[in-house]
Order: sequence, then structure tokens, then C-alpha cells
Amino acid sequence: MSRAEPQFDELYREVILDHYRRPRNAGTLEAPTHQAEGANPVCGDEIELHLAVEGDVICEMAFRGQGCSISQSSASMMTERVCGGTIDEARRVMRLFEAQLVDAAEPDPALGDLEALQGVAQFPVRVKCALLCWKVLREALNIDETEHARTSQGD
Amino acid sequence: MSIDTARIREDFPILSREVNGRPLVYLDNAATTQKPRAVIDALKHYYETQNANIHRGIHTLAVEATEAYEGVREKAAQHIGAASAEDIVFTRNTTESINLVARAWGDANLREGDEIVLTLMEHHSNIVPWQLVAQRTGAVLRYAGIDADGRLDLDALRSLIGERTKVVSVTHMSNVLGTINPIAEIAGMARKAGALLLVDGAQSAPHLPVDVEALGCDVFAFSAHKMLGPTGVGVLWARPGLLAEMEPFLGGGEMISIVKPEGSTWADGPHKFEAGTPNIADVIAFGSALDYLADLGMTEVREHEKRITAYAIEALEASGGITVHGPHDVEVRGGAVSFEVDGVHPHDISTIVDAYGVAIRAGHHCAQLLMRHLEVPATNRASFYIYNEEREVDALVAALDEAKRVFGRVESRTAV
Repeated sequence: MSRAEPQFDELYREVILDHYRRPRNAGTLEAPTHQAEGANPVCGDEIELHLAVEGDVICEMAFRGQGCSISQSSASMMTERVCGGTIDEARRVMRLFEAQLVDAAEPDPALGDLEALQGVAQFPVRVKCALLCWKVLREALNIDETEHARTSQGD
Repeated sequence: MSIDTARIREDFPILSREVNGRPLVYLDNAATTQKPRAVIDALKHYYETQNANIHRGIHTLAVEATEAYEGVREKAAQHIGAASAEDIVFTRNTTESINLVARAWGDANLREGDEIVLTLMEHHSNIVPWQLVAQRTGAVLRYAGIDADGRLDLDALRSLIGERTKVVSVTHMSNVLGTINPIAEIAGMARKAGALLLVDGAQSAPHLPVDVEALGCDVFAFSAHKMLGPTGVGVLWARPGLLAEMEPFLGGGEMISIVKPEGSTWADGPHKFEAGTPNIADVIAFGSALDYLADLGMTEVREHEKRITAYAIEALEASGGITVHGPHDVEVRGGAVSFEVDGVHPHDISTIVDAYGVAIRAGHHCAQLLMRHLEVPATNRASFYIYNEEREVDALVAALDEAKRVFGRVESRTAV
């Protein structure tokens, strides 16, 4: 009887491990206009997020935290992707990212590196790891979760 | 006669299932153990032949169910060397047993400024109930630390216990480090100070011969589901006379003697603390778990676990890039083995080894104070029981090798 060897190179793509080992925008901002922190109490993952917003543009972002490769690489990639764009753009990326993980939707090209986390959708208990930083971003920017959930269902 | 794992495994139906196409390797026994057929059958037998409410019927079924339920009180007492079943209370779990004491004894006896001494290796279930009683009464919590080897700092503990100390509450065996604490020595300290000593036996009662008389504690708490029994059954033992001194925890049926409009009097013995219809079926099935362990002999159980724990610690560390927390000497530790894999977070480890059918625990193990002390967010934990074999340790080590390979891909490149 043959059995397939588990394949983890797809879940843990090199780009994920790279962000995990060398997180981008790691640290804190001296004068954040927005900030929030969050944790997954079950597993102990933690993310603290700082943003500097001018008008409706996210000019600077920094995060620090601890946790698994999925939670930390997701935060690193998130800061790279949404920093420099508008809040509306961040909201749009958030929706695409959640669709990729929760609904296992085909990754949208607009996600950039974040597309690498699509393998997480196959591991339901790990989805919350990838979503933690986004939950913190939502809180920092005061994005209404219920309104957001309605919109994302409409997609 | 030493433990014959091959024969034991035949008694556990779940051990023949596959997980992710592999034979299940169940190494999460500190969380809960698997159940032998005898326990599963006992549940079925009770519901099919004896089901009735206890202590309140004259009919045959009620008498049989009551006898079966009370018989387990006797077995639970024997398991921990208690002289009398009258000092055994059935609860839902260890957590409820500790809450019961914190409420029923703590609220009546603690005053502002009194001290409750705990340790940094306690499970949240032996911290939070005391925090709550401290909030209600103004009592103060003190924590004894642990040394670099993961053993309790007895000098620190001794210096913390003084005339203000009213309660000392410690784990018998750490659910994270495996450390076995010298309870008899701690009992001497508590006795000198006139403090109540509660022992959290959730991890020791399943794995070690326990004798509460020799330990010298006042209260001993443990859970059925961590020792082959069903979930939903906890045990609280209190030294003779202590239950009578305590006020009730929950009010209701079963726990009363006479109820009048203006007030009531309480039932005697353990019944005062067993309000309402208890978990009759699971208590009775727990009796079969206690029989199973008694047949094996707790000394043999302990010897088996010492062997497999020593094998696991050596195999894990020999495989490279792995650090095992806690004492390495199996004479002073049990079979809960926490470890770190260099550069790989425990959640990532757990996901990878699960794909190989290996069930271990990743997380803070309800011991956040200890995680902070160890300066880790979480650990991996493999924990063993009577049915585990060395080949299962080998399966874990092989799965960990795969985790190291996956996470080594980038590291080896960026290391240059």
C-alpha cells in the first residue's frame, strides 16, 4: 500500500519563511496616528501594529509580535502590501485576503506576496493565525467588522 | 510484572484508527488519555441495565445505581491511599475541585492581608480560582519561582511561607515540565505555618502511586479523564473533618438534610458538596478506569513511563536542534515532555507532525506564568501513557526531522 508523503513545501513556501525570518517593517513608530494590538489567546500569537496615516493614505507601518510563521509572515506581508496605499485600498486587500483564506477563493493578483498564504486555507485551525494581523489592522483603522462581513459576503 | 503495551493497546479501540493515512500516534495524554473498551462498555452497560437517579429511590434500579456510584467513591479513595470514601467528593474536574475549596473554604477563612502561596508552574486552574478569592477577600497572592532545571525553588517557597500564609496550593506534577514536586516536604512547611495545603494532582494521580496520608496534604484534586476515565468527572479529597468544617459550594437537591422556608440544614459528608443529580454514568465508568489501573499497578505504570520518558528525552535531543525543558532525571519528573525546535514555532511543528498522524500539543498549556518565566510564547509537548511505545517516539522524531527540513530551506540559504 502506498501512501503519499505529506507535502509542506506548498504550505510553507519560501516567501513565507523569508518573511518569517526577516520580517519587513518590524518594530514600532515614534508617532503613530493609529495603533492596536491583538492576540490569539488559544495559541499565544501576538501582534502589535502602528500606523501613520495622513489624510486617507497609510504612510508608515510597523509591527512587532511573536508567534508562528503563518501569523508573523502574514503581518510582514500585510505591511508591505498596504503601506503607501489608501485606507480604502487596505480594506479591499483585506477582503480579498479573507476570501482567499476563508472561502478558499482563487488568489487575486492584487494580493501580491500575500497570495503565498493560500495554502493555509487547507488547514482550518491555522486560518486564524494568518488573519490575526488583519484583525488588528481592522481595529486600528476602526473598520466595522459587521459592515465588512456583509460586504465580503457580497463578493 | 511489567507493562505489556502490545496487549494493552488491544484494549483501546481508538488506537487502531488512522490519522491522515497513518497509524495514530497519540502523544497528548497530559491533555486527556484514551479510553479502554472496559470504560466505554461500562457506560453502555449502565444506561442499558441500571439507569436511575441515585440516593432517592427505593426501587431496584435506584438501589443498584446508587451502589455502583458509591462503590467508585471507595475505589477513588483507594487509588490515592485515603482512609475513607467519606472524604471523597465528585466534581466535574480538577478545576471545579479547586474552585470548590477556594469558594467554600477560602471565602470563610481568608481575610485582607492573608497570603496565598502558589508557584510559577501552576496550571491556570490553580491560579485563577485563588485570584478570584483574593479579589473577594483582600488576600494577597505570592508565587514561588523555579530554578534553571525546571524544579521548584524550595528555599524561595520556604521564605514565602510565613505567619500570614493561610493557603499553599501547588501542583504535584507540572503539566508542562513534568517536574514532580516534593509534596511531603512542602507539607511540613505549610503545617508549621498553620496553612491549608492543596495539591493539584491532575497530572500525578494518573501516573504515580499516590498516598495522600504520606504526602501530608489537606486537599488533593484530580480528574478522571486524564486517567482512562470519561470526561466530566473530577475528584476532591479532603483530610478527615475538613469537609464538615466547610460551608456548601452549590445549593440544591441531594446536598440538604431538612429544607424549611427560613433555611436548611446540610447533608453529611461528601453529599453536602454534590448538589443536584451528579454525573452518575461517568462516575460509574470511571470505576472501570480505576480497576484497569489497579490491575496494572501504579508502580508498574510509573516504571513504564520512566522508561519511555528517558527514551524520548534522549531521542529528541540526539536528533539535533531540539531543547527539552524541565529536569532530565526521570526520578524527579513524569512523562509530560516540553521541547523547542530551533527556529520553528510550536504551531508549525504541530501542523507538520499531525500530517504524519502524530498528535502532540502546541501552546501555552494553560500555564502562561511559566511560559513567561521560560521566555517562550509556547512549547511543543509530547506526553506519554501506558499504551505508548518507543516506536511512537521514533515516529515523532522522524516527523520533526521533516519540520526541520521544511524550515531549514531558507535558513540554510540566508545563513551564508
